[in-house]
Amino acid sequence: MPTETAPFRPIEAGSQPANDTPSYGSTHLRHPTRLALRIPQTVTETTGPRFTPARFSSTPDLSMTNGKQALGERIIVRGRVADEDNRPVPHTMIEIWQANAAGRYDHPDDRHDAPVDPHFRGGGRVFSDADGWYQFVTIKPGAYPWHNHRNAWRPNHIHYSLFGTGFGQRIITQMYFPGDPLLALDPIYHSVPGQAARERLIAAFDIDITAPDWALGYRFDFILRGRNATPTEQG
Amino acid sequence: MLVATASQTIGPYWHLIEDVTWADLTRFGAKGNRIVLTGTVTDGAGTPVTDAAIEIWQTSPAASDIFPAFGRCRTDGTGSFRFTTLKPGPGNAPQAPHVAISIFARGLLKALMTRLYFQDEPLNETDPVLSMIEDAARRRTLIAQKVSAAAWHLDIRLQGENETVFMDI
Ligand SMILES: [Fe+2]
Repeated sequence: MPTETAPFRPIEAGSQPANDTPSYGSTHLRHPTRLALRIPQTVTETTGPRFTPARFSSTPDLSMTNGKQALGERIIVRGRVADEDNRPVPHTMIEIWQANAAGRYDHPDDRHDAPVDPHFRGGGRVFSDADGWYQFVTIKPGAYPWHNHRNAWRPNHIHYSLFGTGFGQRIITQMYFPGDPLLALDPIYHSVPGQAARERLIAAFDIDITAPDWALGYRFDFILRGRNATPTEQG
Repeated sequence: MLVATASQTIGPYWHLIEDVTWADLTRFGAKGNRIVLTGTVTDGAGTPVTDAAIEIWQTSPAASDIFPAFGRCRTDGTGSFRFTTLKPGPGNAPQAPHVAISIFARGLLKALMTRLYFQDEPLNETDPVLSMIEDAARRRTLIAQKVSAAAWHLDIRLQGENETVFMDI
């Protein structure tokens, strides 16, 4: 199959956050002040790294460590990776990381006074299948405090990283849970200007993904940037 | 038509997915012109950014079974990163040899994209991306300086004086 090198389409207005988002304090000294230079997409932008489960092992169950069950509410997350033309993105790597059920990351910089769980590490990866579908099992992450403003708490969320088929499609995002009262107060969630784009970051409870007597199921789809019909001229 | 999923910050705890060997793009046995790329990332106050994920991607030499052409490295307690890779060649002329860089960090709601070029490459003069930057001082923010026979260094300033040129693609 030839390498796909068509350029990616422009970003839809309102669908992506601005790095200059004052309500999120950590942006103050980190957002560039100059307008980004819009460059023509070359092969550097239209192609990207490939990862295979043969070399980058898949870890489809984050809820167990060394055969021991982590504490908390076991969940199944399932969804599809597709592009803006609804074409499936097959065999693509999805990296996952999250807090444990108590809202604590297994990370030396996390000082939240909540217990670590020896049976929950909270990092892993899975691959989409030939039709773009992925699935993994984990523990529902807890909310945790941060110091952005007085009494600030992050809503329950899972972090994701996807590569797609080109460096211009690379995306890191977070998945939220339906009905979380903290969403209304969260500046990171609200950094996405468009309400529809924001709400697509919320997974849907799905009784068909739910496994009887075992775990609740959530559906979460990823949409990666689509490609133009015409290829780039530039090597 | 669907609309692409919104980006969110990588946050401070992304090291849960870190594999430190990814900073060495020659780890699977790729042979060639092996080089070291280093840099330091600072914020608008000149303070080192110590929790970033720096990713590089290059199309020369081409990716293969033994050369992923992609690397990821954390910034350390001094804001510094260090990659081992193979030096890009002129294979994408008229583009000058370059490495694409993505920066993810707490406080960045989406990746900052930039490029690293190499000091003393003749193609830098005609590179189509560098040529878009009229101000020579701004252009220099993308040019890594040679610090030894096989090592280049590029400082990245997220904000303020000498702010790095970032790109929309
Ligand atoms: Fe988080």
